[in-house]
Amino acid sequence: MRYSIFSLAAQTLAGHRGWKPAWRDAAPKAEYDVLIIGGGGHGLATAHYLASRHGITNVAVIEKGYIGSGNVGRNTTIIRSNYLLPGNTPFYEHSLKLWEGLEQDINYNAMVSQRGVLNLYHSDAQRDAYARRGNAMRLAGVDADLLDREQVRAMVPFLNYETGRFPIQGGLLQKRGGSVRHDAVAWGYARAADQRGVDIVQNCEVTGLTIANGRITGVETSRGPIRAKKVALAVAGNSSRLAAMAGMRLPIETHVLQAFVSEGLKPVIDNVVTYGAGHFYISQSDKGGLVFGGDIDGYNSYAQRGNLPVIEDVMESAMGLWPGLGRIRMLRHWGGVMDMSMDGSPIIDHTPVDGLYLNAGWCYGGFKATPASGFCFAHLIARDEPHPVATAFRLDRFATGRVIDEKGAGAQPNLH
Amino acid sequence: MRITCPHCGARDVQEFTYLGDASPSRPDGLEATEAAMFDYVYQRENPAGRHRELWYHGAGCHAWLTVTRDTRTHAIEAVEPTKRPKAGTAA
Ligand SMILES: Cc1cc2nc3c(=O)[nH]c(=O)nc-3n(C[C@H](O)[C@H](O)[C@H](O)COP(=O)(O)OP(=O)(O)OC[C@H]3O[C@@H](n4cnc5c(N)ncnc54)[C@H](O)[C@@H]3O)c2cc1C
Ligand SMILES: [Zn+2]
Repeated sequence: MRYSIFSLAAQTLAGHRGWKPAWRDAAPKAEYDVLIIGGGGHGLATAHYLASRHGITNVAVIEKGYIGSGNVGRNTTIIRSNYLLPGNTPFYEHSLKLWEGLEQDINYNAMVSQRGVLNLYHSDAQRDAYARRGNAMRLAGVDADLLDREQVRAMVPFLNYETGRFPIQGGLLQKRGGSVRHDAVAWGYARAADQRGVDIVQNCEVTGLTIANGRITGVETSRGPIRAKKVALAVAGNSSRLAAMAGMRLPIETHVLQAFVSEGLKPVIDNVVTYGAGHFYISQSDKGGLVFGGDIDGYNSYAQRGNLPVIEDVMESAMGLWPGLGRIRMLRHWGGVMDMSMDGSPIIDHTPVDGLYLNAGWCYGGFKATPASGFCFAHLIARDEPHPVATAFRLDRFATGRVIDEKGAGAQPNLH
Repeated sequence: MRITCPHCGARDVQEFTYLGDASPSRPDGLEATEAAMFDYVYQRENPAGRHRELWYHGAGCHAWLTVTRDTRTHAIEAVEPTKRPKAGTAA
């Protein structure tokens, strides 16, 4: 069924009893041309672009839980393309352009909202760094505006301009940045891929990779073996575990990141705002809850839950930036496990095993990358060559010294 | 999460700084091959389960500790003073 104003009107008159499930809950077949492991945003987007752009439809997405149970349903939904380095900027801008046309492409309302992302600065040095970043963005054709304190105050008057320990001096604004409803991204890509014949297989855990003479031939799963000509890994925080099944180690550590939602409020904050003097960022969901977060906990973790020190740190930063938040109650919080790479940038590449492809290292910023990640991964799988905007995301860049380190933090994943 | 420092007793995790996996040891810089150096700097086991890792007790005794912790539950099995120096050991 195509979703439109007419299907909505027809269903309204019929009492909404005719809606069909958005995708089939498929059972695994014995063999596929391409098996995608991981039913998160990246795996589902890869399936959609393989089917819609490359005509490859004998594809299954294998998910150990239900789709959307991983980071795609746990993130704070922010999209932007305000990157500094040449390897990153064109890729994230490609992603933002795909977000801008996504809902027409997949015929699904993902609530893409370009409400603007404002990064605050609190010192002269930080202003200079943001001016440099903004200039790099503009040179690459990305929108960026450097605002002074009064321009920021006109946008977000309720922040603390008078008594802050680190007074707000201004901000770097990307107007085309914003937020997207994250579950809808998983559901929308799943539905679009399913309509072209892709099998979405849930509750099916991959427990082994079958490799013969240096070539992948299939996978072992909790629902039996599945043969495949090509296997593509898109398992985010579990990348090292899947790579270990192929005898590989990766330049990745798995870390937990927490996020928070307040009780529902009337509209109070129109944009996404990030604090430049501490680890805190905030926006408001369409349901009314304030969605906010901060830094990763900072130690290896597969637990999908974090500890109290980070919660305290986030709340302190929140109060420092926006004292009015002290009146608001926190409703819930959760954690997700992320693939923190050694340079803070992702990997989309072949592996040393023929027919085995890797999509990993997204750190805490892979939601915004979802469309371009799927687009470029599909390109790599279909044509066996990297997409032009993803050529820098090589697995061997750590060995050759071509790292893409936005922060210049070095090989210390918890500092990226 | 609390870490029971052998010198200071049970302390809040906020007093400590995390470095990472304790198993890689730095190859001798003059003798090391590029491959060995790459392996030491970048490649990690990153296990889901038992992990031996280095923590620094910065707000306490200033000792480097080797903590054995389950990365699936955060449960700590053992905390020992780190004996070998982090750098300069032969590969
Ligand atoms: C709290 C939090 C906030 C974040 N905020 C933002 C943000 O504001 N903006 C942004 O850009 N990014 C953000 N991120 C990062 C972003 O969510 C991730 O980088 C991105 O979602 C990862 O890609 P994915 O959607 O494919 O991952 P996932 O949804 O995690 O998909 C991976 C899937 O693989 C499955 N899997 C794992 N092992 C197996 C196996 N053996 N067999 C079968 N399936 C398996 C998992 O169950 C999972 O569903 C945030 C992350 C977190 C945790
Ligand atoms: Zn101590």
